[in-house]
Amino acid sequence: MDAPAVDLSTILCGVRLPNPTVLASGVLGLSHQVMARVARAGAGGITSKSCSLKPRAGYHNPTILDWGMGLINAVGLSNPGVEVMVEELQAARELLAPQGIPLIASIFAETIYDFGTVARFISPARPDLIEVNVSCPNIDDRYRLMFAADPYVASQVTRRVKLNTDIPVLVKLSPNVTDLSRIAEAVVEAGADGITAINSLGPGIILDVKTLRPLLAHVTGGLSGSAIRPIAVRCVRDIRRAVGEEVPIVATGGVTTGRDVVEMLLVGAAAVGIGSAVAQRGMDVFRQVNEELRAYMVEHGYGRLSDLRGKALPFV
Amino acid sequence: MTLPQTVPIREIREETRTIRTFVLDVRLPQAEPGQFVMLWLPGVDEKPMSIAHPDPLTVTVARVGPFSTALHGRKVGDALGWRGPYGRGFSLPEAGPVLLVSGGCGVGPIYFLAQQAVERGLPTTVALGARTGLDLPYVARFRVLGVELHLATDDGSQGERGYVTELAAHLAERATEPPTLYACGPERMLVVLHRFCREQGISGQLSLERYMKCGFGVCGQCAMDGFLVCQDGPVFDAAQLDGLRDFGAAHRSATGRRLPIR
Ligand SMILES: Cc1cc2nc3c(=O)[nH]c(=O)nc-3n(C[C@H](O)[C@H](O)[C@H](O)COP(=O)(O)OP(=O)(O)OC[C@H]3O[C@@H](n4cnc5c(N)ncnc54)[C@H](O)[C@@H]3O)c2cc1C
Ligand SMILES: Cc1cc2nc3c(=O)[nH]c(=O)nc-3n(C[C@H](O)[C@H](O)[C@H](O)COP(=O)(O)O)c2cc1C
Ligand code: FES
Repeated sequence: MDAPAVDLSTILCGVRLPNPTVLASGVLGLSHQVMARVARAGAGGITSKSCSLKPRAGYHNPTILDWGMGLINAVGLSNPGVEVMVEELQAARELLAPQGIPLIASIFAETIYDFGTVARFISPARPDLIEVNVSCPNIDDRYRLMFAADPYVASQVTRRVKLNTDIPVLVKLSPNVTDLSRIAEAVVEAGADGITAINSLGPGIILDVKTLRPLLAHVTGGLSGSAIRPIAVRCVRDIRRAVGEEVPIVATGGVTTGRDVVEMLLVGAAAVGIGSAVAQRGMDVFRQVNEELRAYMVEHGYGRLSDLRGKALPFV
Repeated sequence: MTLPQTVPIREIREETRTIRTFVLDVRLPQAEPGQFVMLWLPGVDEKPMSIAHPDPLTVTVARVGPFSTALHGRKVGDALGWRGPYGRGFSLPEAGPVLLVSGGCGVGPIYFLAQQAVERGLPTTVALGARTGLDLPYVARFRVLGVELHLATDDGSQGERGYVTELAAHLAERATEPPTLYACGPERMLVVLHRFCREQGISGQLSLERYMKCGFGVCGQCAMDGFLVCQDGPVFDAAQLDGLRDFGAAHRSATGRRLPIR
């Protein structure tokens, strides 16, 4: 018997994804061949590792650890710089386009101005979307607050990027703020075409109690994976309420199973980001999650993702 | 849970003027030859190291840069962290001869594999190479193990004069039954052995190194073409390496930029 027709496709800022699972930035998104492999493993979209104007080596190891309930990381935004990354993305684009899998180029910078420059330099690779990672320290600012912590600064970054590219822009927000709703409103008003949320939570610290030393070389690191999912769900709900239905959200944070995708759709996500779950289930996580999602939809009689989208909002 | 566990160093052995072996106070009986641990020096760094013996956990480390130099400065009783074992190791054939080739500090996993081959009763030949006789590690230990041991040094101060790749090719060609070849060492050596295996139709397994951060298939830092060396490797079948752009040609630095392999 044929499987009942369930349509997993979704539209993100006018870009079609064959399924809602997107590889999250910073996980495996460095080499174009590996990005293509993740797409073959079932991802509906691929986000590259965040790149900056200049290369960055990041922090010493340990940078990424599995603490049993998720990951903790302080990679230090290592990346080969936009000049190298633009070539990697071009090559990724050539491999992904024939598979019908969109490419999302993640960028960041240390100053508001440089965000525009990186956006301009990355655009010739023609990624389908640009994701602006504002969850990094702002060196323009005396207090080194991250860009995503302040509605005004986040909107300035968004404007700068929009001025420098014609590619649709997702702004990736941090959960480590006091008023996520206002920040979401501000970036949408400044021209963001969509929002990705959330970046890693925290930061946190894990100690080795024998040597009394922190396990991460950078001492503190962001939390991701299953442990943060309930917070991610709440953030997506807050953003959805703040910005209204026409702005798509790539709901990210702890998504590990098909059931988790359903939860994100129910609070209004257009797609989901998957990062840390790769540590648990391997690259095959994308195929598995899509199968689990499909099984849920068949069992409950849903034909397409829009049948689920936002359906829990009246209750939360 | 794969957080680093800190344990005291139980024993330190001087192998050569640049290579030392560290025995940790922990047992990893399930580890396979070719697998690695992430070894953590609190306050310094954490790097992948092949397992030279699983029980107790032993690594053999060449002094080449900041991390390995700091490690060489540690004393018995000092704390080291480890997590793992990670990666795909070597696998021995059911029967038939095996030829194990080690260059420089690639000796750790080769020794572990040789032990397993001898235990299983496989005819085992080991070709050990280094720059000079003073740089050859583990010679006495291989002798005790009872393998057929051949040595090569660049300056001829011990064993054959020349590269261990030439010695290995000679040993393989001379064998009555074609051996399965296993190798760990500098990538230049692995490139030569890869070509030899493919031309001669010999099955081979080669252990590679790439810059690693997570060690468990998340960061993508160790990418070599479409492979993740930490998870798909570090041991690869010779056939898997056919036609790769980066094998023998490029590795990634800490930034992720591809740099030529010298
Ligand atoms: C899976 C895997 C297993 C490994 N197993 C071992 C092992 O058993 N023993 C061991 O000594 N090292 C091993 N390494 C290499 C080790 O992880 C580090 O790269 C090495 O200790 C260098 O760190 P460093 O800070 O001292 O020097 P770096 O500053 O990082 O390197 C100094 C210089 O030495 C070169 N170099 C790096 N590694 C080596 C090497 N192994 N031999 C010669 N030159 C090198 C670098 O390219 C650089 O030019 C392994 C690597 C991987 C990926
Ligand atoms: C190792 C690692 C590296 C990351 N690097 C980046 C990055 O470069 N840019 C970024 O926007 N997010 C980065 N993130 C955050 C993820 O994209 C994601 O937002 C977060 O991990 C939550 O999703 P998850 O629980 O599915 O991992 C990184 C996460 C991890 C675990
Ligand atoms: S070291 Fe992180 S993926 Fe291999």
